[in-house]
Amino acid sequence: MDLTMFWISVYIVVLAAFTGYVVIRRVPVVLHTPLMSGSNFIHGIVLVGAMVALGHATTDLEKIIGFVAVILGAANVTGGYVITERILQMFDRSKKKQEKEA
Amino acid sequence: MVEFSSLIDPVYIATVVIFIIGLQRMSHPSTARSGIVWAGAAMLIATIVTFLTPGLSSFALMAIAIVIGGGLGYIAAKRVSMTDMPQMVAIYNGMGGGAAAGIAAVHLLGTTTAVTSVLAVVGGLIGAVSFSGSIIAFMKLQGWMRPRPITFTGQQFVNMAVLALAVACGVLLLGHPAWVPAAFQFYLPAFFLLSLGFGLLMALPIGGADMPVVISLFNALTGIAVGLDGFSFPTPNYAMVIAGIIVGAAGSLLTLLMARAMNRSIPNILFGAFGATEEETGTGVQGSMKPIEADDAAVMLAYSDTVIIVPGYGMAVAQAQQKVKELADLLESRDVGVKFAIHPVAGRMPGHMNVLLAEAGISYDRLYDRDEINQEFPDTDLVLVIGANDVVNPAAHRQGSPLYGMPVLDVEQAKNVIVLKRGAGKGFAGIENDLFYRDNTRMLYGDAKETIGLLIQALKKL
Repeated sequence: MDLTMFWISVYIVVLAAFTGYVVIRRVPVVLHTPLMSGSNFIHGIVLVGAMVALGHATTDLEKIIGFVAVILGAANVTGGYVITERILQMFDRSKKKQEKEA
Repeated sequence: MVEFSSLIDPVYIATVVIFIIGLQRMSHPSTARSGIVWAGAAMLIATIVTFLTPGLSSFALMAIAIVIGGGLGYIAAKRVSMTDMPQMVAIYNGMGGGAAAGIAAVHLLGTTTAVTSVLAVVGGLIGAVSFSGSIIAFMKLQGWMRPRPITFTGQQFVNMAVLALAVACGVLLLGHPAWVPAAFQFYLPAFFLLSLGFGLLMALPIGGADMPVVISLFNALTGIAVGLDGFSFPTPNYAMVIAGIIVGAAGSLLTLLMARAMNRSIPNILFGAFGATEEETGTGVQGSMKPIEADDAAVMLAYSDTVIIVPGYGMAVAQAQQKVKELADLLESRDVGVKFAIHPVAGRMPGHMNVLLAEAGISYDRLYDRDEINQEFPDTDLVLVIGANDVVNPAAHRQGSPLYGMPVLDVEQAKNVIVLKRGAGKGFAGIENDLFYRDNTRMLYGDAKETIGLLIQALKKL
């Protein structure tokens, strides 16, 4: 990684951090839990990294660690998705009910 | 395959953009559900194109691992009840941290450049801390471990020493292979074991009441670990970098917002061992708890003009939310005004109660925030506290109490208070609640679901 790459990386990190901050900034307390769960799902992107790490692994030890990492990453993705979806479903339904009553 | 692999970067960019849109949508109640569906679709496509990455092998292993991990994650998440959501968030977050640590380990074992090694060491450290810490958080919330803070003398010194040793091993790892080649076998496992140990030690002294904030913190840490790990690849994985850093920043902010909702500072939560010690100011609590029978409580409810229901974790544990709705509807049919007072951190997570009550079909316009309803308590005939404790503890107004300064619902100002409680024990924070000893407070012991069932029966007879 040369110096240009380093600074490009710094730009990316700073802008990404700012984006995360802006997206979350004005969130009602009610949505704290679903958002935590949602962002928990989004770092499930670690799965693609684990896949690449396993795919590039050469020794048995690397393969075992990579294999476990993919399992963990995949569980993070599906579990995070289902939990978030289930939490948010509650909001959906109550909203529909309110509309019906109105 | 080479031409297909040119799809990867465009797809990753699209993935990241959709993640951001998804998060944005998740921060408004009306669009929240679509947000996760968008993000889910993006994740699926990103996973598929990753198979096209040039130079990969072990596809079978990859597919098996995805099926095992994805399957287990899916089944567990489908089966768990809404009450147990907080610890499920903790455990899945821990798995993400573990995956990040695993990636770092693979990279450190293989050939890496100096810069990528540094990032792998930092990412590995944070990922491992998040992994073991989240598991402790899960075990405490799941009841596999006592939720009380676990403390010992010199704890902070031990914690810092473990962290320092982990960092030292990480630095020695970076020195490889120039001057410590033979010892590499030793430093790598030592580095990860010490990192895992630090995560464990970090979570042990944290009481159950603070756990949501800590889970949020570990969530942010996993994000940062994933982001740094993204740089540790020979060609950086920018999808990981951007998504990870966004979660790291958003998660950090969320942690601060949650801590603020509890009027606690992050260092205080991490090092305060909240609820480990009893109040030094002596017993302070006067009087005795006065029990009441369900029949008498039903009469009190029926002849009140205004009733405020304060739900807490006890209601969630007893799965009593349906019965609570039934009770509220019954009271309203008798022209009793019923409102719900929701403390921001009632239950185990901000918004936990809102979700459970919404699930039971109680509409949002009947739920009131602490700020909206606190001034109404003096004019309220009866407050029904269902399995809440710390969030209604007047000790929060008394200097010297460990709860001092925490925003609470001032239910003691109501004309009468009935507290539904399983037994005479203390709340999650382990602090005596003098509300229970007040003259206008009656205690109705028993499982919340059964007790409310009795109240409904008694009300119907009146």
